[in-house]
Amino acid sequence: MRSKDLLGLFDLTAEEIMALVDEGAKIKALIRKGQKQFNDLAGKSAVTLFYENSTRTRCSFDLAAKNLGANVVNLGVATSSVQKGETLIDTGKTLDAQQNDFMILRHPAAGAPRLLAKTVKAHVINAGDGMNEHPTQALLDFLTMKEHFGKLDGLKIAILGDITHSRVAKSNLFGLTKLGSEVRLFAPRTLLPTDIGKMGAKICASREEAVRDADVVMGLRIQLERQHAGNFPSLGEYAKFYGVDDGVLRLAKPDAIVMHPAPVNRGVELTSSVIDGRKSRIEDQVFSGLAVRMAVFKALA
Amino acid sequence: MIFKNAEAVLEDGVKRVDIRVEDGVIKEIAPSLKGDGIDLKGLTVFPGLVDMHVHLREPGFEKKEDIESGSKAAVKGGFTEICCMPNTKPVCDNKVVVSYIVNRARQVNLCKVRPIGAITEGEKGENLSAIGGMKAAGAVALSDDGVSVINSSLMKNAMLYASDFGLKCLCHCEDKSLVDGGVVNEGYYSTLTGLKGSLRAAEDIMIAREICLAESLSLPVHICHVSTYSGVQLIREAKARGVRVTAETCPHYFTLTDEAIRDFDTNTKVNPPLREEKDRLAIIEGLKDGTLDCIVTDHAPHHEDDKNVEYNFAAFGMSGLETSFALSYTALVKGGVLDLNGLSEKMSLAPRRILNLGGGLKAGEKADFAAIDLNEEWTIDPKEFLSKGKNTPFAGKRVFGRVKYTVVDGEIKYEEKKK
Repeated sequence: MRSKDLLGLFDLTAEEIMALVDEGAKIKALIRKGQKQFNDLAGKSAVTLFYENSTRTRCSFDLAAKNLGANVVNLGVATSSVQKGETLIDTGKTLDAQQNDFMILRHPAAGAPRLLAKTVKAHVINAGDGMNEHPTQALLDFLTMKEHFGKLDGLKIAILGDITHSRVAKSNLFGLTKLGSEVRLFAPRTLLPTDIGKMGAKICASREEAVRDADVVMGLRIQLERQHAGNFPSLGEYAKFYGVDDGVLRLAKPDAIVMHPAPVNRGVELTSSVIDGRKSRIEDQVFSGLAVRMAVFKALA
Repeated sequence: MIFKNAEAVLEDGVKRVDIRVEDGVIKEIAPSLKGDGIDLKGLTVFPGLVDMHVHLREPGFEKKEDIESGSKAAVKGGFTEICCMPNTKPVCDNKVVVSYIVNRARQVNLCKVRPIGAITEGEKGENLSAIGGMKAAGAVALSDDGVSVINSSLMKNAMLYASDFGLKCLCHCEDKSLVDGGVVNEGYYSTLTGLKGSLRAAEDIMIAREICLAESLSLPVHICHVSTYSGVQLIREAKARGVRVTAETCPHYFTLTDEAIRDFDTNTKVNPPLREEKDRLAIIEGLKDGTLDCIVTDHAPHHEDDKNVEYNFAAFGMSGLETSFALSYTALVKGGVLDLNGLSEKMSLAPRRILNLGGGLKAGEKADFAAIDLNEEWTIDPKEFLSKGKNTPFAGKRVFGRVKYTVVDGEIKYEEKKK
């Protein structure tokens, strides 16, 4: 990769994205054959720095780095100096002085990884920043799609849910439009960000329009706090008018797959029958996540 | 003392004149006066620039700026008179703080510093400040800048009561419930960056309310830092039907758009936020057709620590006193929007009228003026700022118009050092 850091897919070329996806596929194949330990990061150290709660993403990065032979420290922000008011820049300088090679940052403020990346010598990997980007989630989504369809260009991808607050939707959109896929978005108007149509997305007027003939149906988590903020009346009403059930899913292509960045709200954005159905690739996404994060480490190292 | 060979921006046009100053007052302006003096050949003389919207941070936030550093920045920028907003600590909501500012400015003895008193105690929007006492101590206007007075009934009373003392309310227009934590303009670039956006409507709703109140009460009102095309239109329509509304904008609203936020430069974080190109063009049109009466800086100096953080957590505001004239001259005069008299109107005469400050470049007035080399092109470098606030998104920008002398009450308070 040209850049020291992975801050977002907005900054990457289609070639860079596909190189990561293809490397992820190779790693996945090796893991399937039983090889889990690699030594690409032997002698290197990585620190995960999470300012928001996360179990799966943090665990995935942790395992990915360890599988490559790195020493990994998981910094608990709740117990660190951050609680004493230390700034992100000062925390970064400290971790840099400890000779960390990678810093994996999750942060509620958009742009925080960029600020950290400017400050430190280490490679910064964005593990989700506010409403901006979550590049490794999108990369793992691409890997999952590529393995199923053998390609990404020409695919029709329907993303349904809280688009406004979804860095996953943003990174998917930035990447998929570069890769020649069609991105369809559907959400209540209260959860659809301004001008996202100008970024190459097709805004759909109904879930049926979004899902019809789609190759991929991706649900996004609807958080209860959005209901409290007045974005929709209730989770029940959301499920009824915006959720995806088997009836809606039947409009998709016969070999379509269902994806979700998880954790899912069963019965809200997707029904349990959709989540657990034969089209679902939600667990495979988690596997792809491990592989693609290993690919990212290797590309930056 | 005679200031000779000046290209003076007089009420009836730009003329080559000599200006005789005695006892701090302009005694005579004529094509050729006898006697020695300072040669201003090649320089254009404007009536002392007035910035009716600055934050000097003293008392309370001297780490960001104080009356001395802010005054130094002002005279370097060609300003002979500045009006400071009350969001200090303590808030300037009583005669004691007003007097403190007046006295500090007298000690500093550079430009004229005119305090603006808070409309409500502590800018909390609950009780009226001691408006009469502040006026007596030297306050020239009222504002809760930084927030709107949310309670419309209280705002009505503020306008009425202020009018008893001949004071105007300068209204920061922002419906915070609609802003809802937004830090940039809501649009393409808020979605692109993931920074939370704020609709134009958050500003426009309050502009409209202040216009409605002023119209209902038949009182004047002044709208602060207009940034939206729709706000310009609201003011234009109000003026057309006779509402006594005046309005200001800032150089960043007619030189920048929200595209500037895309790299998360916290120096672009300002309230109201940088808007879109159609807003920028409408601001320029509003300045041209008189909808927008004047240019202010909303000079908001901050310490590096307040800006060198995540965008969401960074303080709002830009340091503006030392770039305002050059940015305005370059964009508006070089850009063919205003002539020199038009710029003098926006940056000096209009604010003087709005706040009844008096003055102007004519015999009998206080000798407050700035001599500026309009042909000098220079590069904005925050390291050269005299303000403590180095926070500007304009670093590296090439501009025209360099202040060479600033004269206040006949005394040279700023003279550019020869290189």
